[in-house]
Amino acid sequence: MRQGRILAALGVVFSVIAGYIAWANVRDESPLDDTPPATNQGRIERGKYLTLAGNCMACHTARGGIPYAGGRQIKTPFGSVYSTNLTPDREHGLGSWAASHFWRALHNGRSKDGRLLYPVFPYPHYTRITREDSDMMFAYLQSLPAVPLANRNHELRWPFNTQWALAIWRAVYFKPEAFRADPSQSKAWNRGAYLVRGLTHCGGCHATRNLLGGATQSDAWRGGVLDESQWYAPSLHDPHEASVAQWETADIVQLLSAGRTDRAVASGPMAEVVFRSTQHLEAPDLEAIATFLKSIPQDSLAADPQNYARDPATMESGEKLYRAHCEGCHGLDGQGAPGAYPALAANRAVVAERVTNVIAAMVHGGFGASTAATPRPYGMPPYIQKLSQREIAHVLTYIRGSWGNNASPVSEMTIQAYLHGTLQ
Amino acid sequence: MPLSLRANRAAMVCARYFAAATPSSALIQKFVTKVFIASRNANPDTWSPTRDLATRRAKRFALLSGFFFAILITSALHAHGPETRRVPDTIEQRVQACTVCHGKEGRATNYGYFPRIAGKPAGYLYNQLVNFREGRRHYAAMNRLLEYLSDDYLREIAQHFASVDVPYPPPAPDSATQSLLTLGERLAHDGDRARGIPACVQCHDLSLTGVAPNVPGLVGLPRDYLNAQLGAWRNAQRRAAAPDCMAKIANALTPDEISAITAWIASRPVPPHAKPALRFSQQSPLPCGSIDSADRR
Repeated sequence: MRQGRILAALGVVFSVIAGYIAWANVRDESPLDDTPPATNQGRIERGKYLTLAGNCMACHTARGGIPYAGGRQIKTPFGSVYSTNLTPDREHGLGSWAASHFWRALHNGRSKDGRLLYPVFPYPHYTRITREDSDMMFAYLQSLPAVPLANRNHELRWPFNTQWALAIWRAVYFKPEAFRADPSQSKAWNRGAYLVRGLTHCGGCHATRNLLGGATQSDAWRGGVLDESQWYAPSLHDPHEASVAQWETADIVQLLSAGRTDRAVASGPMAEVVFRSTQHLEAPDLEAIATFLKSIPQDSLAADPQNYARDPATMESGEKLYRAHCEGCHGLDGQGAPGAYPALAANRAVVAERVTNVIAAMVHGGFGASTAATPRPYGMPPYIQKLSQREIAHVLTYIRGSWGNNASPVSEMTIQAYLHGTLQ
Repeated sequence: MPLSLRANRAAMVCARYFAAATPSSALIQKFVTKVFIASRNANPDTWSPTRDLATRRAKRFALLSGFFFAILITSALHAHGPETRRVPDTIEQRVQACTVCHGKEGRATNYGYFPRIAGKPAGYLYNQLVNFREGRRHYAAMNRLLEYLSDDYLREIAQHFASVDVPYPPPAPDSATQSLLTLGERLAHDGDRARGIPACVQCHDLSLTGVAPNVPGLVGLPRDYLNAQLGAWRNAQRRAAAPDCMAKIANALTPDEISAITAWIASRPVPPHAKPALRFSQQSPLPCGSIDSADRR
């Protein structure tokens, strides 16, 4: 009798939770509608622009593959996901989709066949895109040549490969929402907020995520680790990281359009964002993004300057190596060269508490992105080919502790951990 | 640090400061640097009291006037802060990321693996840069480095290295046996008709210096690099535009034959001022995607 009652109670609780999860996964869906929206060349062109702003191509194109035909492998802590074919091929792409299916994918994260989509596809951000923009993006994708390239099955571990696990995740971490303008803010700020929170999905990398990949805070960009490449997308709140509250709007616009300013170079995944997306944005949109980014609340600067013990022999060795390998471009006093090489003195990426980015820059080198404003960027050699792990550690310790820079020394072990992919 | 070195460094810093303040005073920096180097390297064997006094006076005068002139310009222009430095706006400066591994001007280093790129045909170099960027060739450092560079820039980089004409070092000594070298020479020159394997010289030119613009020279490349490339073609780690003729050839050869061919090629000295041939001397043995059909006539 009592057992029966407990079971019944459990049953009720279970049904309520299951009911909530089921409801949460289909809430705010509009009825599907097969009538094609009005389209013309102007709307297709606008759709192309919006698709570039959303950087759809970066994920939906395999390396060396056909644009938008999918197949890029995206590694996550839960396994690998393969991007899908967005060309209008009827069998493998979006050829049989209506604009309302596309809208449901962006706004609700559900595919045409009703499957819940993995949030690697950034619909938790795209949900704020307007129906009008969604329709124009769809019109552009439908205007591409159809590519008969089959989609590849994802390789996710159990239980992440199940729809019910995804349904629970969505019930907890995802809610479809429309972008709401703030009437107390300027038009530019609101445009910037629409882009940053929605279409350009900056939080895709810059938001902090928990172990389940959910954003820990809504409407915050407190920095996130990119699992695949070990790059760290710095916090947009922290003045020690990537807050631009104190920057001139023109400098932010320059970073996003040219890929570099004299104090920062977009590197790693951010270089990709500039290369494939932001360099193509119109000046008013870039200014709008800058206006919004400047308004992101800045954390306080207050932090006691720590005194780091630096081994004199390491510093001497680092200086010697710096003179031999780095000084020619970055200058005797780490002052850089305008238009070519970034300054290392007072460079936030150099003195960052998390050392992954500065290690990546030195180990792998790289060129900035080729952009219309900087078509022929200067390059940094991949020093792992030239220097030992110990020597790299010495150089990094030296540049993090010279010319007024005051950041922790970097050990050889840290370089080793980075190269093995185990640096936390 | 001894006192003289310290003084020298301080002076260099001053000179840099002045040079940095305005691009036009770079000349002054050069001058000051020269004077310093001259004073440091003054040869005691040829010391003579009068000449030394005269040189010292001349130096002092040059130095002082140089500094005053620099100060004048600095205060007059004062356009840039003291930290401003200029680096040459040249393609050589831009591609320093390449020459750390591929050697000064792309002439390769003593380290066996990285190939020489100086003087290779521009079309070939461009195709390789694109192949690395698009992931058809696998070498993580190259794949990462080129990821966000435009076609135009890659073409310019390729043309730059193609235009460099610097001498080749003599072949590195190798322990290959004479019989191995003989086999390598026979395969490189005659191929193996019975098995449909063309000779290297059919496409890479009789001198093995390549054919412009798309077929690379083979002489002057380290044996390790040649082995790695043929191996990479066998397991599809290196690919070229289809039809991939070299993949076909590499797969038809046995590992011993590959070893023989690379040993022989790496043992060949490179003729002075070797350049890619301007046209093919023989009929094309195989269809090749990376060679534009227009090249073949």
